[in-house]
Amino acid sequence: MTTGTATTGDAVSARRRLGRAARGAAASLAFAVAALAGIGSAGAVSLDAILADDPPKELSAFGFFAEMAAQRPADGVVPYRLNTPLFSDAALKMRFVFVPAGSAASYRADEAFDFPVGTALVKTFAFPADYRAPEKDLRIIETRLLLRRADGWHALAYVWNDAQTEATLKVAGARVEVSTIDAEGAPLAFTYAVPNKNQCKGCHDLGGKVAPIGPKARNINGDFAYHDGAMNQIDRWTALGILAGAPSSAAAPAVPDFLDAGAPLEARARAWLDVNCAHCHRPEGPASNSGLFLTWGEADPVRYGVNKRPVAAGKGSGGLQFDIAPGDPDASILIYRVDSVEPGVMMPELGRHLPDPAAVALLRAWISAMK
Amino acid sequence: MASFVSRAALALLIGVSTASFAAAAEIAVEAGEGAAERLTEALITAKPGDTVRIGAGRFELTDGLSLDVDDVVVRGAGPAQTVLSFKGQSGAGEGLLVTSDRVVLEDFAVEDTKGDGVKSKGSDQITFRNLRVEWTNGPDEKNGAYGVYPVSSKNILIEKVTVRGAADAGIYVGQSENIVVRESRAEYNVAGIEIENSMKADVYKNVATHNTGGILIFDLPNLPVQGGHDIRVFDNDVVDNDTANFAPKGNIVAIVPKGMGIMVMANRNVHVFGNRLSGNVTTHVLIAAYPNEYEDENYMFVPRGVYVHGNTYGEGGGAPDGEVGKTISDVSGIPVPDIVWDGVTTIPEYFSWTSAENRVYVDEAEGTTFVNLKMISQLLLPWGWWPDTDIAGYKGSLPEPTPVKLPQEGGA
Repeated sequence: MTTGTATTGDAVSARRRLGRAARGAAASLAFAVAALAGIGSAGAVSLDAILADDPPKELSAFGFFAEMAAQRPADGVVPYRLNTPLFSDAALKMRFVFVPAGSAASYRADEAFDFPVGTALVKTFAFPADYRAPEKDLRIIETRLLLRRADGWHALAYVWNDAQTEATLKVAGARVEVSTIDAEGAPLAFTYAVPNKNQCKGCHDLGGKVAPIGPKARNINGDFAYHDGAMNQIDRWTALGILAGAPSSAAAPAVPDFLDAGAPLEARARAWLDVNCAHCHRPEGPASNSGLFLTWGEADPVRYGVNKRPVAAGKGSGGLQFDIAPGDPDASILIYRVDSVEPGVMMPELGRHLPDPAAVALLRAWISAMK
Repeated sequence: MASFVSRAALALLIGVSTASFAAAAEIAVEAGEGAAERLTEALITAKPGDTVRIGAGRFELTDGLSLDVDDVVVRGAGPAQTVLSFKGQSGAGEGLLVTSDRVVLEDFAVEDTKGDGVKSKGSDQITFRNLRVEWTNGPDEKNGAYGVYPVSSKNILIEKVTVRGAADAGIYVGQSENIVVRESRAEYNVAGIEIENSMKADVYKNVATHNTGGILIFDLPNLPVQGGHDIRVFDNDVVDNDTANFAPKGNIVAIVPKGMGIMVMANRNVHVFGNRLSGNVTTHVLIAAYPNEYEDENYMFVPRGVYVHGNTYGEGGGAPDGEVGKTISDVSGIPVPDIVWDGVTTIPEYFSWTSAENRVYVDEAEGTTFVNLKMISQLLLPWGWWPDTDIAGYKGSLPEPTPVKLPQEGGA
């Protein structure tokens, strides 16, 4: 049986340097993928596989990729990126959407688009051998699917083999040892967790039903470097006919990249909270009972934590009185929990074993600036 | 012809019932090699109607377990025999999380979770029976917050469970409705049993001992569900709650003084009767307003309609603890009376009256001691104020809520 993550001081400090390098790499990777996307005619997606009650045991059966290991998408599979992504132990992520020909997702301003039956959202998680050269020697760990069937969304995780030729369905999740070199050149080893089916729903839960999180207007409203040039993703999806009813991207909401120092501090912090916390911390989410609601549109300061007392935090309170103590990050439970890697304290609860120092720094700056 | 039809119908019936019988399986998970993975998978792949039977022995879990399938029984070989140990847990906020309906959890133990012990969120008809949830190192602020923890759920039955060492509440029911907690034992927790922001609860025949506070009935602001009401706390033994408060600060239970028996805070229609209280060194029964500042215009911070009667009181009140204990005893003296009401009321009521259904009523045997601290009087009129210890002035009664009936017990 595998046990917890390595927690030597060196490893922790190495991890603390990871966040930014990983994100830079993810951006470059998106470009690499984009360069390949849509070149030539390549493969065909199996709608039967997406709709099957009993999902295929192997990822290749879906036909999402013309080349699996290179993550080169098949025809009709569109790569996309998020303005601010979820932090998942600094994994590099490649995202794709497939909408069956002749149908389109309906635009919604505030929630994930309403995708038609047959849609697949595909997300591949990978680690480079060395974060100083993140495009080289990429090891793909898992590909997660959200499949829209007639009875709703289904979440599945496929774990890749060592040869990087195939990925196999794992309903009960998996633990994978990851060994890499961080951006400063220090070795970093930890145990990465592939979620089990229930853990998928632990985040992808809207009112008790599985639901997508990422593809919301505000978080895809940004440019992607497609093979034929950069273009706004909302406009692109509309042009491709996979999205219907959307306004022009200029009229749609947008969150900034939380690392974009040129964007307003508050918007960056709220974007990060929206993406990393609000799938649970919203009235319809798994953490509704906390009364702490961190969605982008939440306007009530008490509800997003300002001078709000904890309700079921236990040791997660860190002995502090308020989720956010304006002007005082050190007195804010939010900082204490986002900065922690201890189970029962750390937030988010799932999908993270390493610290996310860039996020902590941003949230500290935001709370410090509050009156 | 008629007989043919009925025979066909009968055959159909048999066919249907056989099919549903065949569908309900027992999935056995024995201890040993790969047990954690097998148990995780069994809970995920179970079908409605199945029983997941966990064998005797120790199961070492490194991640949280979860169940999201309706109509499943999870049964161990007994709380001493089947032990799910989370000492090596490296992920998840609780040991076992249930998010489905009509689930029974029984006959096993959950030990040393990093966060909460056994939680249900959004469940309808959830039963926790003959479980033991324990932090084996004893009281410690690093322990998980709640032992048995249904939240945002309804039709909850908790019976014959034992919880030890929770850093908040051993048995905690939050933002839920239709609740029975009975024949359970809560000891060495900060709060033994806590019913918070919940409607219609019967708490009876439990033992709450060696906690900081025995039984708490609370309502808090800024939550999606608030305005707790219709609670009956009766026939419980609330004795010797003598563990120093070890809750991390910031949590509401951190204010509870050592030696609190039963505490009612900001709730409506709470009936406390027939309980046996002794050895609670701060006081046996405290009725109080929510003490902190808050921003929430929908929140009622004072208790509305509390009826305390027919309880028996042993020794207590001799060593009031902490800030709350001092606030009380500065006014009441020591020993603190058996029953304490802080007397806080809303400002309009202070200048007029409190309607009958919102008052506090006390009807106890001769010799029971009582004090109304008249806290708001102290605030407004410091010169003309003293506490009211005349218990006779609080006689009266409130109509008792009907007993809670649960569908899993054949109730409505």
